[in-house]
Amino acid sequence: MSAKITPVIELLQKQFSDIDFAPAPLLEMEDQSKEQWCVKVGADKLMAVMSFLRSDERCAFEQLSDLAGVDYLNFPNAKDRYGVTYSLLSLSNEHRLWVKVFVNDPNPEVPSVVSIWHGATWMEREVWDMFGVRFTDHPDLRRILTWEGFEAHPLRKDYPLTGRGERENFKVITRESA
Amino acid sequence: MGLASAGSMPYQESKEEFLTTKLSHLIDLLRKQSINWSRKNSLWPMPFATACCGIELMATGASRYDIARFGAEVMRFTPRQCDLMICAGRVAIKTMPVLQRIYMQMAEPKWVISMGACASTGGVFDTYAVVQGVDQFLPVDVYVPGCPPRPETLLEGVMAIQRLVDNEGMINSKDRERGLGLVVQPTVQVEVEKGAGK
Ligand code: SF4
Repeated sequence: MSAKITPVIELLQKQFSDIDFAPAPLLEMEDQSKEQWCVKVGADKLMAVMSFLRSDERCAFEQLSDLAGVDYLNFPNAKDRYGVTYSLLSLSNEHRLWVKVFVNDPNPEVPSVVSIWHGATWMEREVWDMFGVRFTDHPDLRRILTWEGFEAHPLRKDYPLTGRGERENFKVITRESA
Repeated sequence: MGLASAGSMPYQESKEEFLTTKLSHLIDLLRKQSINWSRKNSLWPMPFATACCGIELMATGASRYDIARFGAEVMRFTPRQCDLMICAGRVAIKTMPVLQRIYMQMAEPKWVISMGACASTGGVFDTYAVVQGVDQFLPVDVYVPGCPPRPETLLEGVMAIQRLVDNEGMINSKDRERGLGLVVQPTVQVEVEKGAGK
């Protein structure tokens, strides 16, 4: 692990001295200026950290460029079941930061960042649809890819590829009823 | 015939009666034939192209294969003007109600071609999100095999529908059996030499 952390993470550690961010580069590179860093936050502190990252002008992450879910079931050395990853980009300061939140069954819940980045709406709906991670305070948390009435969360690792017979409950048009 | 009717008088037609009956039969036949002939050569397809099979459907419509030779070039994008649904490509379960709605909106008499492995069986997409054969939810008349079917095969499918129209007349889809089970043979048979690929 390279020794030097980025200025943004230094700021974060100064601001939230009670949180262990466990900063680490996503990939270690020879040219350290090209490394992208990742910090871990608990779901309870997420909103405070995210608002700081968005509003402090030394951070100024105007853009939430991605938000994704991960299921760590049977992943080697993983302690938590679900992860939600935020990829932040600051256009004015030209830097990036990755933020990870981990949650567990039976009630995986993460606060919604829609109030900070409005573009998170559909991405959070997608993570809810595919992984069943619930985003509290989301304005409109409906399924986005699968259909209404679908029960499961298909990107969970314990969901079988061929489904659990969901396709059988559809209306059938026969020649008589047409 | 035979013993049962032996006691009754056989029905005797006069020569004139005989001629009029034959004549009206002939007229009926001609009328039916001509109507069937015109209808079978003016099928208006509803292109329900959801995936890669749709590209082959477009090729069938283009000049090289020219579906206009069979009078079926008038692809309409409103189901109310169509009588032949060509279901080309895999259908996601979320799309199934749309497909059913379009089918219900088509005017009778109507026919359905299930084009390609995916529309007929789900093909390679054996997953929770894809319908494993539209015939589970819709009455299909002709199955066209292939992944994707070549344009010739699709044309063979259109011709199979034409033969249906010719033989059966324009009876409504309600009066036909569910799933005629007509499968079009592939036009090209590929022969693999023994020991190839080793
Ligand atoms: S049958 Fe083949 S070509 Fe047609 S939709 Fe399926 S995968 Fe695509």
